[in-house]
Amino acid sequence: MSRVAQTKLSETKEKKKYDTKADELATKQREISVSEFFLKNRHLLGFDNPRKSILTAVKEAVDNSLDACEEAGILPHVIVRVKAAEGQDKFKVVVQDNGPGIIPEQVPRIFGKLLYGSKFHKLSQTRGQQGIGISATAMYGQLTTGKPLKVITKTNPKKPAYYCEIVINTKTNEPQIIKEEYKEWDEVQTGTKLAVEMEAIYQKGKRSVDEYLKLTAISNPHTTITYYPPDSNDAIEFPRVTDKMPKEAKEIKPHPYGVELGMLMKMLQDTKATTLQSFLQTDFCRVSAHVAKEICDKAKLYEKARPARIARQEAEALYKSIQETKIMAPPSDCVSPIGEELLVKSLQKEVTADFYAAITRPPSVYRGNPFVVECAIAFGNGLPQDELVQVFRYANRVPLQYEQSACAVSKSIVDTTWRNYGLQQSRGALPLGPMVLMVHLASVWVPFTSESKEAIASYPEIVKEIKLALQECGRKLGIYIRKNIKAKEQRDKANLLERFIPEVAGALHSLTGESKSAIEEKLKMILARGLPALLKAGDEEKEEEKDGGQK
Amino acid sequence: MVDKNKLARQRLKLFGEGIVADILKKKQPVIDLPVRSVTNVKFNEKSGTVQLGNKMAQRFLFNLAHAKKFMQTVEVAKISNDLLKEEKHASLRDVFYMAKRSIAGTKTNIVDDQVESDKVIEDLELISDMSREQLNINANKMGSVAGKVIVEDKGDKIDWSKLGSGGWSIPSNVEEIQFAKVNAQYVIYMEKAAVWERLHEDKYWDKHNCIIMCSQGQSTRGIRRLLQRLHQEHGLPVYILTDFDPWGFYIYSVLKFGSISLAHISDQLAIPEIKFLGITADDIEKYDLKKHFIKLKDTDTARLKQMGSYEWFTKNKLWQRQFKMMKDFGSKAEIQALSARGISFISEKYLPEKIKNKDFID
Repeated sequence: MSRVAQTKLSETKEKKKYDTKADELATKQREISVSEFFLKNRHLLGFDNPRKSILTAVKEAVDNSLDACEEAGILPHVIVRVKAAEGQDKFKVVVQDNGPGIIPEQVPRIFGKLLYGSKFHKLSQTRGQQGIGISATAMYGQLTTGKPLKVITKTNPKKPAYYCEIVINTKTNEPQIIKEEYKEWDEVQTGTKLAVEMEAIYQKGKRSVDEYLKLTAISNPHTTITYYPPDSNDAIEFPRVTDKMPKEAKEIKPHPYGVELGMLMKMLQDTKATTLQSFLQTDFCRVSAHVAKEICDKAKLYEKARPARIARQEAEALYKSIQETKIMAPPSDCVSPIGEELLVKSLQKEVTADFYAAITRPPSVYRGNPFVVECAIAFGNGLPQDELVQVFRYANRVPLQYEQSACAVSKSIVDTTWRNYGLQQSRGALPLGPMVLMVHLASVWVPFTSESKEAIASYPEIVKEIKLALQECGRKLGIYIRKNIKAKEQRDKANLLERFIPEVAGALHSLTGESKSAIEEKLKMILARGLPALLKAGDEEKEEEKDGGQK
Repeated sequence: MVDKNKLARQRLKLFGEGIVADILKKKQPVIDLPVRSVTNVKFNEKSGTVQLGNKMAQRFLFNLAHAKKFMQTVEVAKISNDLLKEEKHASLRDVFYMAKRSIAGTKTNIVDDQVESDKVIEDLELISDMSREQLNINANKMGSVAGKVIVEDKGDKIDWSKLGSGGWSIPSNVEEIQFAKVNAQYVIYMEKAAVWERLHEDKYWDKHNCIIMCSQGQSTRGIRRLLQRLHQEHGLPVYILTDFDPWGFYIYSVLKFGSISLAHISDQLAIPEIKFLGITADDIEKYDLKKHFIKLKDTDTARLKQMGSYEWFTKNKLWQRQFKMMKDFGSKAEIQALSARGISFISEKYLPEKIKNKDFID
C-alpha cells in the first residue's frame, strides 16, 4: 500500500487531477451526498441485496488482503470469521491477514473514502481494479447498522499495533476517526484485521461466502485460508499447496492498440514529454523511435510537435495511424498465470475426482492488453453423475459467481463440442457429466460486461483463446475417458461373460444330456485362460468372417 | 411327421454335442454359420433363384461382441428341442418370451427384442438344416385363400369354396396339408386384402375357375410355400397382382427369386415360373390411371434404384423398362385405382382381359 496515489473521481466518468477544468468539476461534485450516491449505485458495487452484500464484503476484504501480501512478498494466511451480530439479519464480518500492515496515516483514507486506491491508474494484473470495494463495505455497514468500521494493523513486529474506528462523513466523503489507540496485538507479526457489522443474509450453497472461499483457495495455491462460518465453532481450513509466491506481475505501460481516442487525448495533455515522438516512445510500450516516427508521418504530424498542442482532429489522425502501423505485441511478463501444475494440485485438494488436467495457454493480446487463459478440469467419481458440469470462472484469480450466462467463458464452453471428448451435451447447453471445469483469465485489464465485474466480455481474441484451452483440456479428457471408462466397460462386460456360463451350460445340458456342472467348470477354465486376450481385443462389432466351403 | 420331429431333434443334439466336445477339450466354443447378408447372396441363373454364398462367420462365446448371440443361439436351440419333445408348436412371439429373462446377478436379458430371437431362429434353420416350422416354431398366420379346392389338415376336410366371406386363413405351416381336390386353372396372388375381398364378393374364382390368395404386404412363408406347392404339385400358373410401386415389385421379386434373408431356403419358397400380372406401367397408360397417381417419395425412388441394380434384374430388359417408366412418371398407383372405372371393373374387365391376352411380365 506504499505506492498509493490519490485520485478523485466523479460518479460517472474518470477525471484526471491534472485537468484543471475537471478538477473544478470534481470539487463541486464532491458536494453531492456520498451516501446518496452509494444508495443509488449499490448494485454496481455488489450490494444489491443482503445475501450478496455479505459475499461482497468478504470478497473485497480478502482480495485486498491477498493483493497486499503479494505486493509485500508474504505468503498469505487469511482468517475469515462470519458471525451473527445483535439484531435482525445482522452479521459481523472479520477478515485478518498477515500482510505488511498499513501505516496509521493511510488507514482512514483506505477504509473510509470511496474511490481511493492504488490500482485504477496502472496497468498490472491485480485483483481489485477500481478502489471502490473496501470503503464501500464500510459505507454499507455504516448505513445499515450505524456502527463504525474497526481496523487494527501492525507494520512492525516490535511495535504495538494501531487500532481505530472509522465512520465516513456521508456529506463530504471524508473519513472520521471516532476512536484510536496503540495497543498490543500478537496474533500476527505484521498484518491487518478489520471488522464490520452489516445487514446481511447468510446462506450456504451457490454464490455463498463458503463457495467463494473454496474457489479462492483453488485459484490461490500459495494461500492458506481459515474460515469460521456462523453456524459452526470449527474452522474450515484451506491449506496452501505451494510455498512459492506467484511470479510477480510486472506493471506495464499501455500498448498503443489498447488506447481509445479519448484516453489518447488525455495522455497527450498529461504527458511530460516535450515532443510527439518522445511521447509515443516513453508513454507507451513497444514503440521504438522508428515506429514513433512512422506513426507521426502517417498521421501527417510533425514529430517534434508539442503533445499538449495536438488538437482533437490531429489526435484522431494520430489514433488512426496507430491502428494502421504494425506494432509489436506487448510483453507478456506483466501477466502471471497460476500454472498447470499448481492448478492440478489445487483442484485435487478441493475437488474429489479421478482425473485432473490443466492447460495454461501462451500469452495473447486483445486491444493491446496482454492476457493468458488457463483451463483445468476435474472428472470422475465424487462429482454428480447426471448433472451439468460445474463451471468455476476466474478473472485475475478472483472467482466470478454471478452472471454466468453472460460470460465469455460460459459461451465458449457451450460452443465447444464436448461430445468429441466423450461427454453428453445438448445443443446450446453446458455438457453433462461428473466434471468441474475451471477457466481463469489473467490480464492487466480484464474486460467485464458491466461494473459489477461478474462476467467477462466476449472479445473475439479472448473467446478464441478460451476455446483453444477448453479443447486442449477436452482432448486430454477424451483420452482418459476412452482409456479408463471404456476399459471399465470392457471389464464389466468380461464379468458378464462369467454370468453367461450357467445359462449356456444349462441349455447345452438340456440339448445333449452332458452334465451341467462339468460344462460349467470347463467353461470357467477356458474363460480364465482367455480373459487377458479378451480384454485386449476389445469390441469387434462384426462376427469374424472367413471364406470356406458351404456347410 | 414323427420322423421329421426325430430328425430335427437329432440335428439339434448334434449341434449341442459339437459345442460340448470343444468345451470338454477346453477349446474355445464356437458356432460356424454362413453369412446372411447382401454381401453373401448370389443369383443362380440356372435355378433362377437367389442363393446363399460360401462366406462363413464364426460366433465365439468368449468374445465380447459375440457372447450374447452365442448364448441366444443355444438357448433357442434348447427351446426348440423342448417343443419338439413335447410335440407342441410355439409362435415367434412365444419363443421370444420363453427366452426373455434376466441372467442371474445381472441386469442383462438373454433377449431384449423379438428381432433378436427371430434372427437366431433363422440361424438355427441353417445350423440344423431344418425349416422353422420343422423346429416347431410358427409365424403368425396371415392371409386368405378361396377357390374350388378341398384340402385335408389334421384330419379335417376343408372346402375353400364354402367358407363364407372370410375365406380360409392360411396357417404358418402348410407342410402337413394335403390336397384332396384341386379344380382350378391358375392362381392369382394379390398384395391387398381389400382387393381379395372385392374379387371374392364378385365370385371371381368361381366364374373364372381359379384360386385367389392374398396377404397383407410382404408375403409370409406359409403363403409362399402354399403357392409353391400348388404350382409344383398341380402345375398351376401363378400370377401376381400388386400396386404399381417399388414395394409391389419387390413382393413379386421375393416370390419369384427368393429373399436375401431367407436365401438359404430359396429352394423351398421361390417359384421362378411366376408371372407379374399388374399393375404395370403399360396398364397405367392403357386404362388411363394417370389421374390417380401418387407422387414418389425419396424413399420410393431410392428403393427403385436399388432394385434395378439387383443381379436378377440387371439383365432383364422388360423390368428395366418398367423401372424406367416409373421413374419417368415420378409417380406410383394403387391397385384400387382401377375402382375409379367401376367397382367391379377389376373382376369383369381388367383381369379377364389381361389373362386372356397373356399380358404378363416375366
